[in-house]
Amino acid sequence: MIELEGVRKVYRDGFVALHGLTLRVEAGTTLALVGPSGCGKTTTIKLINRLLEPSQGRVRVDGRDLATLDPIALRRGMGWVVQEGGLFPHLSAQDNVEVLPRLLGWPAGRRAARAHALLALVGLDPAVHAARYPAQLSGGQRQRVGLARALAADPPILLMDEPFGALDPLTRRRLQEEFRGLQARLNKTVVLVTHDVDEACRLADRIAVLDAGRLLQIGTPAALRAAPASDFVAAFLAESPCHP
Amino acid sequence: MTAPRARALLAALAIALGTAAGRAQPPPADAAPRVVVGAKKFTENAILAELMAQVLETYAGAAVERTFNLAGTQVAFDGLRSGAIDLYAEYTGTGLRNILGDSETPGGAAAVYALVSETFRRRFALEWLAPFGFDNTYVLLLTAERADALGITRLSDLAAHPLRYGMSHEFLARPDGMPGLRRVYRLDEATTVGMEHDLAFQALADGAIDVSDGYSTDAKIVAFDLRVLADDRHFFPPYQAAPLARADLLTRVPDAAAALRLLAGRIDAEAMRRLNFAVEAERRAPAAVAADFLRELGLSSRTVAPPARAETFWGLLWQRRWVTLQLTGQHLLLTGVAVLAATLIGLPLGIAASRRPALATLALSGAGIAQTIPSIALLAFMLPLFGIGVRPAIAALFLYGLLPILRNTVAGLRGVDAQLIEVGRGLGMRARDLLWRVELPLAAPVMLAGIRTAAVISVGTATLAAFVGAGGLGDPIVTGLSITDTNLVLCGALPAALLAMAVDGALYGVERLATPRGLQAR
Repeated sequence: MIELEGVRKVYRDGFVALHGLTLRVEAGTTLALVGPSGCGKTTTIKLINRLLEPSQGRVRVDGRDLATLDPIALRRGMGWVVQEGGLFPHLSAQDNVEVLPRLLGWPAGRRAARAHALLALVGLDPAVHAARYPAQLSGGQRQRVGLARALAADPPILLMDEPFGALDPLTRRRLQEEFRGLQARLNKTVVLVTHDVDEACRLADRIAVLDAGRLLQIGTPAALRAAPASDFVAAFLAESPCHP
Repeated sequence: MTAPRARALLAALAIALGTAAGRAQPPPADAAPRVVVGAKKFTENAILAELMAQVLETYAGAAVERTFNLAGTQVAFDGLRSGAIDLYAEYTGTGLRNILGDSETPGGAAAVYALVSETFRRRFALEWLAPFGFDNTYVLLLTAERADALGITRLSDLAAHPLRYGMSHEFLARPDGMPGLRRVYRLDEATTVGMEHDLAFQALADGAIDVSDGYSTDAKIVAFDLRVLADDRHFFPPYQAAPLARADLLTRVPDAAAALRLLAGRIDAEAMRRLNFAVEAERRAPAAVAADFLRELGLSSRTVAPPARAETFWGLLWQRRWVTLQLTGQHLLLTGVAVLAATLIGLPLGIAASRRPALATLALSGAGIAQTIPSIALLAFMLPLFGIGVRPAIAALFLYGLLPILRNTVAGLRGVDAQLIEVGRGLGMRARDLLWRVELPLAAPVMLAGIRTAAVISVGTATLAAFVGAGGLGDPIVTGLSITDTNLVLCGALPAALLAMAVDGALYGVERLATPRGLQAR
């Protein structure tokens, strides 16, 4: 379970990214953070793995205040997926997946077995794709490898920052479907940042709508649609037909 | 690497290559005291140094090391004081004017000699030994034909004739040149024209001018059959040539003084001209010319003299093949040590600087300033710190190599995609993991390109190392320039250029290998 409590984030240049945000993600559920650019959703996800530190307020995971935890160990317990996969260009697909197992000191055999299993899990043929470099993969394939990398050490939490944002609509749609299937099996606690309401509706159990650093509304897609808290939320949701 | 180790390595390489060449210096016997003879980068000084070296080998049982082609008086003198060399041939007038900075000349040659001997012993613990017997000062020259026709033998004879004077620009300007000469010898009527030294000799031969200035031992006096006029009013300051040695040499090698005394008063200006002529015009090696001359004096020489220089470029190149190989080895060692040191310092400094903008500014501007210093000046700055030989050369090359390595390391690391670094952090990499697994592999091609640039610059610049006695392929370039032998210059310049290209190519290969395959696939 992830909890944010009265979290305020002010950047060094004085820009206030979050004005006292409070929200909660139940274990095994998916929360989508949606909102226009600059609303604070990416700031929020980076506060959860301590790439950023809150200016005020608290972030807790399973009841423990993050400020008291070692950020390295914390991050290794959270899968991190970014747009376009964020793969290291000098490493093959397999080596990208093995980054964390290597840091954790797994023996080579275990690493390779895990990498191959994960590549297969995300729909890639290890015999074909394991040795390929990112430049030799398509955008969708890179995104799959990025997801496999995040799952490498079997973290209970997955943080996903616009994971499917750079894909063409068809590929995006297919990956979303596959991810939904995966999530049903893996049962991770997922925080998903997206600007795509449609994607949020498909993948998330609950949606948090943010604007200008404030939480406007949080709830299931159906609840939000049924009773939008403001015209802004209504207008934002109306952008997409939202068929889960 | 410490200097003694660098020198030992260099010596080992030189011996290995020299043995192959079959013309190494005589192998030092275990008991033989080591003596380093220096020479400034002009023919006469090299011949005198050879003469001293050979008598020391034969009559003092010394194992002589030769450090020739030193850039000038200051370099040779600093080398002597620091102990990098034990002796070289110096001129009393130079000692007085250039080293002591006295502008007044006290009386005649003997007075100048007495003054510099006394002052050098007291102030520097250096000994002026007995002069060789000639005075290499300014002289005025006429063709023998013209001098005989007019009956001119002395400078005081000049005033009676209306003559055309073609003088070097320096001579016309120096107070102890033409202006003083006019006054002392009453040459008020003389018409002068300034011209290049080498052209003046030709102009004399062609009859375009009647009188020119020169140095009393210039080989061209022989080549053009010129007459030297006697300075009967002692206008020109004396420039007596003599061995200038460290006082400790004379105590350390008891027979050294006696051996060098064998040359005292044995070389007159006429003989010195002949020896210069033999090297410059007859293309013979200073060592061979010196050995022959010693035999002429009834002395013996253990030195196996090399043959005369081949006349054609290809002949010379072939003749010098083993020497060239040996010099190439020295050259590579100089640049290798310098670039390795610059890499060992530059990479960590660059890594640190890429994280701290203030340090980056400081380091890059510091290295940038070193880069803007002309290479010969940078070498000169190193002399007071490191003496002469391999050390100042390596220090200067190191400073030159630092900037490209630093700059490329900083640029390479700063050029790594910030998003990838954030991804690495997000995955739980520590700063150390990020550096080794992400930043350095991605920056490696740019960083290696910096090392390649440094190496190529270094190979080129190392040709100047010959000026401070560090050897290398600059040696034939410096010698060739001083005796106007273009072929000899090319024997250093061509291999140096090829070496630069080879180093460039080899390091390009390394760069390709070090470029991560994932980046090549793009």
